Amino acid sequence: MLIGRVVGNVVATRKNAKLEGSKLLLVQPLDLKGEPRGVTVLAIDGVQAGVGDRVLLIQDGRSAQLILGRGVAAVDAAVVGVVDHVEMTA
Amino acid sequence: MFLAKVIGTVVASRKDEGLQGCTLLVIQPLKTDRTPSGKPLVAVDSVGAGASEEVFYVRGREASFPFLPAEVPADAAIVGIVDHWTTG
Repeated sequence: MLIGRVVGNVVATRKNAKLEGSKLLLVQPLDLKGEPRGVTVLAIDGVQAGVGDRVLLIQDGRSAQLILGRGVAAVDAAVVGVVDHVEMTA
Repeated sequence: MFLAKVIGTVVASRKDEGLQGCTLLVIQPLKTDRTPSGKPLVAVDSVGAGASEEVFYVRGREASFPFLPAEVPADAAIVGIVDHWTTG
């Protein structure tokens, strides 16, 4: 899992049938300093996250399909949590 | 999933049986400010996307899932056409 920031919403009328009704978020993965890390990802929203939220991002098909809950589907990323804070001990 | 723009079409008469009838499109991954992100790639289309359209695509094993029960050998598939996105 990665920590990311929700930076936007995506609207797509025409999409794969299994994705109908699912909310799509644009998530920018972050490094531990909070700086952008790599390319922005489209993820389905499993936790009612919104723009500006710091979130837990998974980039794994199997897990994203579990979040979507519609069996086998063409998804590879999902937001599975909203981060309150991160404590570093080392 | 990732944002991209359709920038071309691939025609391949001789291809794996599983790819017969599939549309192969060249897509350029995009950043949210619409600038290119990395190199273009070829993706199988599952939604009827066309030239210059902005789309989103899946990578990896899930790329073959839109076509089930047909088993399509693909590692990238377009699964949606983007109307618009908002940031900030």
